[in-house]
Amino acid sequence: MPILEVSNLGKSFGATEVLKDISFSLEKGGSLAIIGSSGSGKTTLLRCLNFLETPDSGRISVNGEVIFDGDRKDAVSSAELRRKRLHFGLVFQSFNLFPQYTAFQNVTLAGELLAKERPDFKANKKQILDEIRQNGQKLLDSVGLAAKADNYPHQLSGGQQQRVAIARALALNPDILCFDEPTSALDPELTGEVLSVIRSLASRNTTMIIVTHEMQFARQVADNVLFMDHGVVVEYGAAADVIDNPQHERTRQFLENYSNT
Amino acid sequence: MDVVKVLFEGFGENLRIFALTLVMAIPLGLVITFGSMTRFKPLRWLTRTFVWIIRGTPLMLQLFVVLYAPGLVFGVPMRNRFTATLVAFVINYAAYLSEIYRGGIESIPRGQYEAGAVLGMTRSQIFFRVVLLQVVKRITPAMGNEVITLVKDTSLSRVIGVAEIIMVAERFTKQGLIVPLFSTGLYFLLFNGLLTLLLGWIEKRMDYFKV
Repeated sequence: MPILEVSNLGKSFGATEVLKDISFSLEKGGSLAIIGSSGSGKTTLLRCLNFLETPDSGRISVNGEVIFDGDRKDAVSSAELRRKRLHFGLVFQSFNLFPQYTAFQNVTLAGELLAKERPDFKANKKQILDEIRQNGQKLLDSVGLAAKADNYPHQLSGGQQQRVAIARALALNPDILCFDEPTSALDPELTGEVLSVIRSLASRNTTMIIVTHEMQFARQVADNVLFMDHGVVVEYGAAADVIDNPQHERTRQFLENYSNT
Repeated sequence: MDVVKVLFEGFGENLRIFALTLVMAIPLGLVITFGSMTRFKPLRWLTRTFVWIIRGTPLMLQLFVVLYAPGLVFGVPMRNRFTATLVAFVINYAAYLSEIYRGGIESIPRGQYEAGAVLGMTRSQIFFRVVLLQVVKRITPAMGNEVITLVKDTSLSRVIGVAEIIMVAERFTKQGLIVPLFSTGLYFLLFNGLLTLLLGWIEKRMDYFKV
Protein backbone atom coordinates (compact mmCIF):
# COMPACT_ATOMS: atom_id res chain seq x y z
CA MET A 1 0.00 0.00 0.00
CA PRO A 2 1.39 3.44 -0.92
CA ILE A 3 2.13 5.77 1.97
CA LEU A 4 0.49 8.67 0.11
CA GLU A 5 -2.39 8.58 -2.29
CA VAL A 6 -3.71 11.71 -3.91
CA SER A 7 -6.74 11.36 -6.13
CA ASN A 8 -8.58 13.85 -8.31
CA LEU A 9 -7.37 16.83 -6.32
CA GLY A 10 -8.78 20.17 -7.48
CA LYS A 11 -8.23 23.72 -6.32
CA SER A 12 -9.31 27.11 -7.64
CA PHE A 13 -8.47 30.61 -6.54
CA GLY A 14 -11.56 32.55 -7.53
CA ALA A 15 -12.17 31.80 -11.20
CA THR A 16 -8.66 30.46 -11.78
CA GLU A 17 -8.35 26.71 -11.66
CA VAL A 18 -4.90 26.05 -10.25
CA LEU A 19 -5.11 22.30 -9.82
CA LYS A 20 -7.23 20.04 -12.02
CA ASP A 21 -7.81 16.41 -11.26
CA ILE A 22 -4.36 15.70 -9.81
CA SER A 23 -3.71 12.05 -8.96
CA PHE A 24 -0.53 10.26 -7.98
CA SER A 25 0.80 8.02 -5.28
CA LEU A 26 4.03 7.61 -3.41
CA GLU A 27 5.56 4.48 -1.88
CA LYS A 28 7.14 4.54 1.54
CA GLY A 29 10.81 5.40 1.16
CA GLY A 30 10.27 6.66 -2.36
CA SER A 31 10.87 10.08 -3.72
CA LEU A 32 8.88 12.05 -6.22
CA ALA A 33 10.06 15.12 -8.08
CA ILE A 34 7.47 17.59 -9.33
CA ILE A 35 8.63 19.69 -12.25
CA GLY A 36 6.97 22.31 -14.43
CA SER A 37 7.15 25.96 -15.24
CA SER A 38 6.21 28.73 -12.82
CA GLY A 39 2.48 28.98 -12.32
CA SER A 40 1.88 25.35 -13.22
CA GLY A 41 0.47 24.61 -9.75
CA LYS A 42 3.41 22.71 -8.22
CA THR A 43 3.67 24.87 -5.14
CA THR A 44 -0.09 24.95 -4.64
CA LEU A 45 -0.09 21.17 -4.71
CA LEU A 46 2.51 21.02 -1.94
CA ARG A 47 0.64 23.64 0.04
CA CYS A 48 -2.55 21.58 -0.24
CA LEU A 49 -0.74 18.53 1.12
CA ASN A 50 0.47 20.60 4.07
CA PHE A 51 -2.99 22.13 4.63
CA LEU A 52 -1.72 25.63 4.00
CA GLU A 53 -4.44 25.66 1.33
CA THR A 54 -7.66 23.69 1.43
CA PRO A 55 -8.35 21.81 -1.79
CA ASP A 56 -11.84 22.11 -3.30
CA SER A 57 -12.20 18.50 -4.30
CA GLY A 58 -10.46 15.14 -4.35
CA ARG A 59 -8.94 12.95 -1.68
CA ILE A 60 -5.66 12.68 0.17
CA SER A 61 -4.81 9.56 2.17
CA VAL A 62 -1.74 8.82 4.22
CA ASN A 63 -1.08 5.25 5.32
CA GLY A 64 -4.60 4.37 4.25
CA GLU A 65 -6.19 7.02 6.47
CA VAL A 66 -8.19 9.57 4.51
CA ILE A 67 -6.96 12.93 5.77
CA PHE A 68 -8.81 15.04 3.24
CA ASP A 69 -12.03 14.24 1.42
CA GLY A 70 -13.56 16.89 -0.83
CA ASP A 71 -16.96 15.19 -0.62
CA ARG A 72 -17.09 15.30 3.15
CA LYS A 73 -15.82 18.70 4.12
CA ASP A 74 -16.84 18.64 7.76
CA ALA A 75 -15.51 21.44 9.88
CA VAL A 76 -12.19 20.15 11.13
CA SER A 77 -11.11 21.18 14.61
CA SER A 78 -7.80 22.98 14.75
CA ALA A 79 -6.35 20.18 16.90
CA GLU A 80 -7.37 17.67 14.22
CA LEU A 81 -5.85 19.85 11.52
CA ARG A 82 -2.56 20.06 13.39
CA ARG A 83 -2.46 16.30 13.82
CA LYS A 84 -3.03 15.78 10.09
CA ARG A 85 -0.43 18.33 9.17
CA LEU A 86 2.22 16.46 11.10
CA HIS A 87 2.15 13.66 8.53
CA PHE A 88 3.97 16.11 6.32
CA GLY A 89 7.05 18.25 6.72
CA LEU A 90 7.70 21.24 4.51
CA VAL A 91 10.92 22.95 3.55
CA PHE A 92 10.21 26.38 2.08
CA GLN A 93 11.89 28.14 -0.78
CA SER A 94 12.66 31.08 1.51
CA PHE A 95 13.74 28.91 4.51
CA ASN A 96 11.50 30.78 6.97
CA LEU A 97 13.71 30.11 9.95
CA PHE A 98 12.66 31.88 13.14
CA PRO A 99 15.16 34.75 13.40
CA GLN A 100 15.15 35.12 17.19
CA TYR A 101 16.13 31.50 17.80
CA THR A 102 19.49 29.82 17.28
CA ALA A 103 19.87 27.09 14.68
CA PHE A 104 19.53 24.54 17.47
CA GLN A 105 16.43 26.19 18.95
CA ASN A 106 14.86 26.37 15.50
CA VAL A 107 15.21 22.60 15.27
CA THR A 108 13.93 21.79 18.77
CA LEU A 109 11.23 24.42 19.41
CA ALA A 110 8.25 22.71 17.77
CA GLY A 111 9.13 19.35 19.28
CA GLU A 112 9.29 20.85 22.75
CA LEU A 113 5.93 22.57 22.31
CA LEU A 114 4.34 19.35 21.09
CA ALA A 115 5.87 17.37 23.94
CA LYS A 116 4.08 19.60 26.45
CA GLU A 117 0.80 18.13 25.23
CA ARG A 118 1.87 14.59 26.09
CA PRO A 119 0.06 13.23 29.15
CA ASP A 120 3.32 11.96 30.63
CA PHE A 121 5.18 15.24 30.09
CA LYS A 122 5.12 16.41 33.70
CA ALA A 123 6.32 13.06 35.02
CA ASN A 124 9.15 12.56 32.51
CA LYS A 125 9.89 16.15 31.60
CA LYS A 126 13.65 15.95 31.86
CA GLN A 127 13.96 12.73 29.93
CA ILE A 128 11.60 13.86 27.15
CA LEU A 129 13.39 17.18 26.69
CA ASP A 130 16.80 15.51 26.75
CA GLU A 131 15.66 13.21 23.99
CA ILE A 132 14.40 16.11 21.85
CA ARG A 133 17.65 18.00 22.37
CA GLN A 134 19.86 15.05 21.61
CA ASN A 135 17.86 14.40 18.48
CA GLY A 136 18.18 18.07 17.50
CA GLN A 137 21.92 17.94 17.92
CA LYS A 138 22.09 14.76 15.88
CA LEU A 139 20.04 16.28 13.08
CA LEU A 140 22.20 19.40 12.90
CA ASP A 141 25.18 17.10 12.80
CA SER A 142 23.63 15.12 9.94
CA VAL A 143 23.23 18.29 7.83
CA GLY A 144 26.82 19.23 8.63
CA LEU A 145 26.04 22.13 10.96
CA ALA A 146 26.92 20.83 14.41
CA ALA A 147 29.40 23.71 14.76
CA LYS A 148 26.72 26.30 13.95
CA ALA A 149 24.18 25.15 16.54
CA ASP A 150 24.38 28.36 18.54
CA ASN A 151 24.36 30.72 15.58
CA TYR A 152 21.34 32.82 14.73
CA PRO A 153 19.88 32.59 11.21
CA HIS A 154 21.26 35.97 10.12
CA GLN A 155 24.75 34.69 10.90
CA LEU A 156 24.34 31.78 8.47
CA SER A 157 24.62 31.65 4.68
CA GLY A 158 21.51 30.85 2.67
CA GLY A 159 22.68 27.29 2.12
CA GLN A 160 23.30 26.82 5.84
CA GLN A 161 19.89 28.29 6.67
CA GLN A 162 18.21 25.89 4.31
CA ARG A 163 20.06 22.96 5.87
CA VAL A 164 18.85 24.08 9.31
CA ALA A 165 15.33 24.28 7.86
CA ILE A 166 15.68 20.69 6.63
CA ALA A 167 16.83 19.55 10.08
CA ARG A 168 13.91 21.45 11.61
CA ALA A 169 11.41 19.67 9.36
CA LEU A 170 13.01 16.28 10.07
CA ALA A 171 12.84 16.85 13.83
CA LEU A 172 9.13 16.06 13.91
CA ASN A 173 9.66 12.84 12.01
CA PRO A 174 7.13 13.44 9.23
CA ASP A 175 5.92 10.54 7.11
CA ILE A 176 6.53 12.59 4.00
CA LEU A 177 8.98 15.45 3.67
CA CYS A 178 8.10 18.09 1.08
CA PHE A 179 10.54 20.52 -0.51
CA ASP A 180 9.25 23.63 -2.26
CA GLU A 181 12.01 24.69 -4.65
CA PRO A 182 14.57 24.38 -1.87
CA THR A 183 17.45 25.86 -3.86
CA SER A 184 15.67 28.56 -5.88
CA ALA A 185 16.54 31.33 -3.44
CA LEU A 186 20.21 30.36 -3.26
CA ASP A 187 23.30 31.53 -5.08
CA PRO A 188 24.40 28.86 -7.54
CA GLU A 189 27.51 28.02 -5.50
CA LEU A 190 25.35 27.29 -2.46
CA THR A 191 22.82 24.96 -4.09
CA GLY A 192 25.27 22.05 -4.05
CA GLU A 193 25.41 21.76 -0.27
CA VAL A 194 21.61 21.69 0.01
CA LEU A 195 21.19 19.21 -2.83
CA SER A 196 23.75 16.89 -1.28
CA VAL A 197 21.81 16.89 2.01
CA ILE A 198 18.62 15.97 0.13
CA ARG A 199 20.54 13.34 -1.82
CA SER A 200 21.74 11.74 1.40
CA LEU A 201 18.18 11.74 2.73
CA ALA A 202 17.08 9.91 -0.40
CA SER A 203 19.80 7.34 0.07
CA ARG A 204 18.45 6.72 3.57
CA ASN A 205 14.98 6.14 2.11
CA THR A 206 13.29 9.25 3.40
CA THR A 207 9.92 9.58 1.73
CA MET A 208 10.05 12.87 -0.15
CA ILE A 209 8.25 15.10 -2.59
CA ILE A 210 10.54 17.65 -4.19
CA VAL A 211 9.35 20.56 -6.28
CA THR A 212 12.45 21.59 -8.19
CA HIS A 213 13.91 23.23 -11.25
CA GLU A 214 17.11 21.19 -11.00
CA MET A 215 16.46 18.59 -13.70
CA GLN A 216 19.69 16.65 -13.36
CA PHE A 217 19.16 16.46 -9.63
CA ALA A 218 15.57 15.28 -10.08
CA ARG A 219 16.69 12.60 -12.49
CA GLN A 220 19.40 11.32 -10.13
CA VAL A 221 17.52 11.47 -6.85
CA ALA A 222 13.85 10.93 -7.56
CA ASP A 223 12.26 7.58 -8.29
CA ASN A 224 9.36 9.19 -10.09
CA VAL A 225 8.81 12.48 -11.80
CA LEU A 226 5.56 14.29 -12.26
CA PHE A 227 5.41 17.02 -14.88
CA MET A 228 2.71 19.62 -14.36
CA ASP A 229 1.44 22.25 -16.73
CA HIS A 230 -1.45 24.67 -16.14
CA GLY A 231 -2.67 22.69 -13.16
CA VAL A 232 -2.78 19.27 -14.78
CA VAL A 233 -0.46 16.30 -14.62
CA VAL A 234 0.90 16.02 -18.16
CA GLU A 235 3.32 13.20 -17.56
CA TYR A 236 4.05 10.96 -14.62
CA GLY A 237 6.47 8.07 -14.52
CA ALA A 238 9.93 6.80 -13.63
CA ALA A 239 12.39 9.69 -13.41
CA ALA A 240 14.71 8.48 -16.13
CA ASP A 241 11.81 7.83 -18.53
CA VAL A 242 10.15 11.20 -18.11
CA ILE A 243 13.32 13.25 -18.25
CA ASP A 244 15.31 11.33 -20.88
CA ASN A 245 12.44 10.17 -22.98
CA PRO A 246 9.37 12.36 -22.53
CA GLN A 247 6.22 11.19 -24.29
CA HIS A 248 4.36 14.46 -24.52
CA GLU A 249 5.17 17.42 -26.69
CA ARG A 250 4.68 19.86 -23.79
CA THR A 251 7.13 17.94 -21.59
CA ARG A 252 9.67 17.93 -24.40
CA GLN A 253 9.34 21.69 -24.87
CA PHE A 254 9.77 22.26 -21.18
CA LEU A 255 12.81 20.04 -20.85
CA GLU A 256 14.48 21.56 -23.87
CA ASN A 257 15.03 24.73 -21.86
CA TYR A 258 17.12 22.71 -19.46
CA SER A 259 19.05 20.57 -21.94
CA ASN A 260 21.91 22.99 -22.32
CA THR A 261 22.52 23.28 -18.59
CA MET B 1 13.89 75.78 47.90
CA ASP B 2 10.18 75.96 48.28
CA VAL B 3 9.77 76.37 44.53
CA VAL B 4 11.75 73.25 43.74
CA LYS B 5 9.75 71.20 46.22
CA VAL B 6 6.45 72.37 44.74
CA LEU B 7 7.61 71.70 41.20
CA PHE B 8 8.84 68.25 42.22
CA GLU B 9 5.48 67.42 43.69
CA GLY B 10 3.80 68.66 40.55
CA PHE B 11 6.06 66.55 38.36
CA GLY B 12 5.18 63.59 40.57
CA GLU B 13 1.62 63.91 39.24
CA ASN B 14 2.95 63.89 35.67
CA LEU B 15 4.97 60.76 36.38
CA ARG B 16 2.00 59.00 37.99
CA ILE B 17 -0.15 59.70 34.95
CA PHE B 18 2.71 58.59 32.71
CA ALA B 19 3.42 55.30 34.47
CA LEU B 20 -0.18 54.25 35.03
CA THR B 21 -1.15 55.12 31.44
CA LEU B 22 1.69 53.03 30.04
CA VAL B 23 0.96 50.04 32.25
CA MET B 24 -2.69 50.00 31.19
CA ALA B 25 -2.50 51.24 27.59
CA ILE B 26 0.14 48.74 26.46
CA PRO B 27 -2.05 45.64 27.02
CA LEU B 28 -5.30 47.41 26.13
CA GLY B 29 -3.74 48.47 22.83
CA LEU B 30 -3.12 44.81 21.99
CA VAL B 31 -6.79 44.01 22.62
CA ILE B 32 -7.78 46.84 20.26
CA THR B 33 -5.31 45.50 17.67
CA PHE B 34 -6.97 42.10 17.74
CA GLY B 35 -10.33 43.83 17.32
CA SER B 36 -9.11 45.82 14.33
CA MET B 37 -7.63 42.70 12.70
CA THR B 38 -10.42 40.22 13.36
CA ARG B 39 -12.09 38.46 10.46
CA PHE B 40 -15.44 39.20 12.12
CA LYS B 41 -16.33 42.29 10.11
CA PRO B 42 -18.76 44.13 12.44
CA LEU B 43 -16.23 44.04 15.27
CA ARG B 44 -13.43 45.13 12.98
CA TRP B 45 -15.52 47.99 11.64
CA LEU B 46 -16.51 49.04 15.16
CA THR B 47 -12.93 48.95 16.41
CA ARG B 48 -11.58 50.91 13.47
CA THR B 49 -14.29 53.56 13.87
CA PHE B 50 -13.38 53.85 17.53
CA VAL B 51 -9.69 54.29 16.69
CA TRP B 52 -10.61 56.87 14.05
CA ILE B 53 -12.60 58.91 16.58
CA ILE B 54 -9.92 58.74 19.27
CA ARG B 55 -7.10 59.61 16.92
CA GLY B 56 -9.15 62.19 15.09
CA THR B 57 -10.07 64.39 18.03
CA PRO B 58 -7.85 66.35 20.44
CA LEU B 59 -6.76 64.64 23.61
CA MET B 60 -7.59 67.89 25.40
CA LEU B 61 -11.21 67.58 24.31
CA GLN B 62 -11.27 63.92 25.34
CA LEU B 63 -10.22 64.97 28.84
CA PHE B 64 -13.26 67.26 29.10
CA VAL B 65 -15.57 64.60 27.71
CA VAL B 66 -14.41 61.99 30.20
CA LEU B 67 -14.75 64.47 33.07
CA TYR B 68 -18.20 65.83 32.22
CA ALA B 69 -20.01 63.21 30.10
CA PRO B 70 -20.69 60.70 32.91
CA GLY B 71 -22.50 63.37 34.91
CA LEU B 72 -24.41 64.84 31.96
CA VAL B 73 -25.35 61.59 30.26
CA PHE B 74 -25.73 59.07 33.09
CA GLY B 75 -26.24 61.36 36.06
CA VAL B 76 -23.15 59.92 37.76
CA PRO B 77 -20.67 62.77 37.95
CA MET B 78 -16.98 61.96 37.67
CA ARG B 79 -15.63 63.40 40.91
CA ASN B 80 -12.00 62.41 40.70
CA ARG B 81 -10.06 64.51 38.19
CA PHE B 82 -7.06 62.23 38.34
CA THR B 83 -9.19 59.20 37.45
CA ALA B 84 -10.77 61.12 34.58
CA THR B 85 -7.30 61.98 33.30
CA LEU B 86 -6.19 58.37 33.47
CA VAL B 87 -9.27 57.09 31.63
CA ALA B 88 -8.80 59.60 28.82
CA PHE B 89 -5.07 58.96 28.54
CA VAL B 90 -5.36 55.19 28.60
CA ILE B 91 -8.03 55.15 25.89
CA ASN B 92 -6.17 57.66 23.76
CA TYR B 93 -2.80 55.97 24.00
CA ALA B 94 -4.22 52.47 23.60
CA ALA B 95 -5.74 53.59 20.29
CA TYR B 96 -2.41 54.93 19.04
CA LEU B 97 -0.45 51.93 20.27
CA SER B 98 -2.93 49.55 18.64
CA GLU B 99 -2.08 51.01 15.25
CA ILE B 100 1.64 50.62 15.91
CA TYR B 101 1.05 47.01 16.93
CA ARG B 102 -1.07 46.37 13.84
CA GLY B 103 1.63 47.74 11.56
CA GLY B 104 4.20 45.56 13.33
CA ILE B 105 2.12 42.42 13.14
CA GLU B 106 1.26 42.95 9.48
CA SER B 107 4.93 43.47 8.64
CA ILE B 108 5.87 39.93 9.71
CA PRO B 109 6.13 37.75 6.59
CA ARG B 110 3.45 35.09 6.04
CA GLY B 111 6.22 32.52 5.88
CA GLN B 112 6.79 32.82 9.63
CA TYR B 113 3.18 31.87 10.35
CA GLU B 114 3.28 29.10 7.77
CA ALA B 115 6.53 27.67 9.10
CA GLY B 116 4.97 27.53 12.57
CA ALA B 117 1.79 25.99 11.22
CA VAL B 118 3.49 23.17 9.32
CA LEU B 119 5.48 22.42 12.48
CA GLY B 120 2.21 21.71 14.28
CA MET B 121 2.10 24.87 16.38
CA THR B 122 -1.21 26.31 17.54
CA ARG B 123 -2.22 29.82 16.53
CA SER B 124 -1.38 31.17 19.96
CA GLN B 125 1.98 29.38 20.01
CA ILE B 126 2.80 30.92 16.65
CA PHE B 127 1.86 34.35 17.94
CA PHE B 128 3.58 34.22 21.30
CA ARG B 129 6.60 32.02 20.49
CA VAL B 130 7.39 33.09 16.94
CA VAL B 131 5.81 36.39 15.94
CA LEU B 132 5.61 38.50 19.09
CA LEU B 133 9.30 39.13 19.73
CA GLN B 134 9.85 40.01 16.08
CA VAL B 135 6.99 42.50 16.34
CA VAL B 136 8.44 43.97 19.54
CA LYS B 137 11.77 44.48 17.84
CA ARG B 138 10.19 46.15 14.84
CA ILE B 139 7.98 48.52 16.80
CA THR B 140 10.41 49.57 19.51
CA PRO B 141 11.50 52.79 17.73
CA ALA B 142 7.88 53.82 17.10
CA MET B 143 6.95 52.92 20.68
CA GLY B 144 9.81 55.10 21.88
CA ASN B 145 8.25 58.06 20.10
CA GLU B 146 4.88 57.44 21.73
CA VAL B 147 6.38 57.02 25.19
CA ILE B 148 8.27 60.31 24.97
CA THR B 149 5.20 62.10 23.62
CA LEU B 150 3.21 60.72 26.54
CA VAL B 151 5.60 62.25 29.06
CA LYS B 152 4.90 65.69 27.62
CA ASP B 153 1.18 65.09 27.07
CA THR B 154 0.67 64.49 30.80
CA SER B 155 0.74 68.27 31.28
CA LEU B 156 -2.53 68.48 29.33
CA SER B 157 -4.24 67.21 32.47
CA ARG B 158 -4.08 70.75 33.82
CA VAL B 159 -7.08 71.66 31.66
CA ILE B 160 -9.30 69.63 33.96
CA GLY B 161 -7.54 70.83 37.08
CA VAL B 162 -4.95 68.21 37.88
CA ALA B 163 -2.10 69.87 39.78
CA GLU B 164 0.66 68.80 37.45
CA ILE B 165 3.96 70.63 37.13
CA ILE B 166 3.03 73.36 34.65
CA MET B 167 -0.13 74.19 36.56
CA VAL B 168 1.72 74.58 39.86
CA ALA B 169 4.51 76.53 38.19
CA GLU B 170 2.05 78.95 36.70
CA ARG B 171 0.94 79.94 40.21
CA PHE B 172 4.37 81.47 40.73
CA THR B 173 3.91 83.75 37.75
CA LYS B 174 1.08 85.44 39.64
CA GLN B 175 3.67 86.33 42.25
CA GLY B 176 5.82 87.79 39.51
CA LEU B 177 8.16 84.80 39.17
CA ILE B 178 8.54 83.51 35.61
CA VAL B 179 11.64 81.33 36.12
CA PRO B 180 9.79 78.43 37.79
CA LEU B 181 7.48 78.11 34.77
CA PHE B 182 10.36 78.06 32.32
CA SER B 183 12.35 75.66 34.48
CA THR B 184 9.66 72.98 34.17
CA GLY B 185 11.17 72.22 30.78
CA LEU B 186 14.25 70.85 32.54
CA TYR B 187 12.18 68.27 34.37
CA PHE B 188 10.74 66.99 31.11
CA LEU B 189 14.12 67.11 29.38
CA LEU B 190 15.88 65.19 32.12
CA PHE B 191 13.24 62.52 32.40
CA ASN B 192 13.05 62.06 28.63
CA GLY B 193 16.82 61.83 28.56
CA LEU B 194 16.63 58.90 30.96
CA LEU B 195 13.89 57.30 28.88
CA THR B 196 15.95 57.68 25.73
CA LEU B 197 18.82 55.85 27.40
CA LEU B 198 16.44 53.10 28.55
CA LEU B 199 14.93 52.74 25.07
CA GLY B 200 18.39 52.54 23.54
CA TRP B 201 19.27 49.81 26.01
CA ILE B 202 16.12 47.85 25.11
CA GLU B 203 16.93 48.11 21.40
CA LYS B 204 20.44 46.90 22.08
CA ARG B 205 19.10 43.93 24.02
CA MET B 206 17.39 42.76 20.83
CA ASP B 207 20.40 43.28 18.61
CA TYR B 208 21.25 39.58 18.71
CA PHE B 209 18.77 38.80 15.94
CA LYS B 210 17.64 40.49 12.76
CA VAL B 211 14.13 40.71 11.36
